[in-house]
Amino acid sequence: MNIEALLFYIFSSIAVVSAIMVISSRNPVHSVLFLVLVFCNSAGLLILLETEFLAMLFLVVYVGAIAVLFLFVVMMLNVRITELNESVLRYLPIGGLILIIFLFEILSVINGDLVPFFSSNLFFFENDNFILNESLNTVFWTNQINPTTNIEALGEVLYTYYVYCFIVASLVLLVSMIGAILLTMRKRTNVRKQEIFDQVYGNINNNVRYVS
Amino acid sequence: MIYYIINWILSILIIVVPMLIAVAYFTLAERKVLASIQRRRGPAVVGIWGLLQPLADGLKLLVKESIFPSSANTFIFILAPIITFLLSLLGWAVVPLGETAVLSDLNIGLLYIFAVSSLGVYGIITSGWSSNSKYAFLGALRSAAQMVSYEVSIGLIIISVLLCAGSLNLSKIVIAQESIWYIIPLFPIFGLFFVSALAETNRAPFDLPEAEAELVAGYFVEYSAMGFALFFLGEYTNILMMCALCSILFLGGWLPPFAFIPFTLIPGPIWFGLKVALMAFAFIWVRGAYPRYRYDQLMRLGWKVFLPLSLAWVLLVAGILVGFDWYPMY
Repeated sequence: MNIEALLFYIFSSIAVVSAIMVISSRNPVHSVLFLVLVFCNSAGLLILLETEFLAMLFLVVYVGAIAVLFLFVVMMLNVRITELNESVLRYLPIGGLILIIFLFEILSVINGDLVPFFSSNLFFFENDNFILNESLNTVFWTNQINPTTNIEALGEVLYTYYVYCFIVASLVLLVSMIGAILLTMRKRTNVRKQEIFDQVYGNINNNVRYVS
Repeated sequence: MIYYIINWILSILIIVVPMLIAVAYFTLAERKVLASIQRRRGPAVVGIWGLLQPLADGLKLLVKESIFPSSANTFIFILAPIITFLLSLLGWAVVPLGETAVLSDLNIGLLYIFAVSSLGVYGIITSGWSSNSKYAFLGALRSAAQMVSYEVSIGLIIISVLLCAGSLNLSKIVIAQESIWYIIPLFPIFGLFFVSALAETNRAPFDLPEAEAELVAGYFVEYSAMGFALFFLGEYTNILMMCALCSILFLGGWLPPFAFIPFTLIPGPIWFGLKVALMAFAFIWVRGAYPRYRYDQLMRLGWKVFLPLSLAWVLLVAGILVGFDWYPMY
């Protein structure tokens, strides 16, 4: 067994086990910590796929930002340890339906080719018709390959072919951010606040005055 | 096979052991510099000029009794300092100490360091929660909020540096500074980065999490002996990591200040060490010179000053690079 297969089995089995622990552990904080473990192992799987940029983004965004906010909320809510015995089978119908749909999707993906084929070999070979020009035994294959990093390959596709999707995604994020800001915008009266602008731009004539 | 494993372990130890010694002597340097700022002598009893003081401190922490609070969540309580210490050491795997002296030359090294430092929040927040104490919990919440908010501006500053360098590889970023160190064209965000690094590592004047007057010691109140030692080591390793990152991004890493003969004779790792030591001295100097911020001022500075400023600077740098056709091609 080679080491990559071994790593794959380690990462995926830990991910599956801790995903089960997320829904079955009694303490909500433990659930969130197991969720973090799932994210970390998924990042490991992405590294095994040699998409290290995506793996690092996964760590930064999901583990470093989103799960921290989860943990914040769960800790602050002061949820007591929940009783698990209320009804385990209550959500079985809807959960089972989602499970069946998800399994169907995975099975249909396995043989499908999701990566679109670009007719111009943009990132791979520097010139397309070198095979016509040279005979095969003098080709230095290593020179013909144009090595691109993950980020370059992703950026060349993301900002050209999928630029509209990219802009729409950023707009969706902007709208949700504005919504979150709007929900917390609440003018409170009689709160003493420090106005740093006034302090910095005040001068001695109108800030210092005689009292009585 | 066995040869590879031994080689692997040795190369990791070559990074980790000098790192720990550096941290030990950084604590001594901090005490000495603070003492001379306050016109005292500092530790001077153990060894000549107190040079063995960190070893004595380490031994003391090692042989003390570990106390576990009875209402603490024991597993997470033990795990939290280990996570903090481990994550603080992980980042050093990609730091180029010299032209060829790097353990793992990742092509996404900068993003790796960013990811590892963003994971560092977990050690703090779990330690605060698991010790089941109000002081520790409040300290952990403050610390985590502070780290998360200053990480945003650090990320944007890193983006504007890597726009100039054209690579996420730390060695390539250093090589891109061969003609000029980035501290000169990008001086304003060097200052921004330094202040953000102070806040990110919970140092004075932003050491709100361990504000002694309010919260005793912050998130590690309940820890004693080895747990405390691991937190301490992790914190100081993070500070040195930030110093190293600062000197790689802005001060030209292992490059000598001038590329002619008396400077180029000195090997690169020594220059790198000197720059890291300079930044570490600045960290201590700031601690000795400035009073502590209030918490709302800290958050205001992070979200309302640093974030818009660094975002605007990213746009400015990108605009200049595109406008003058200066962007680097790799």
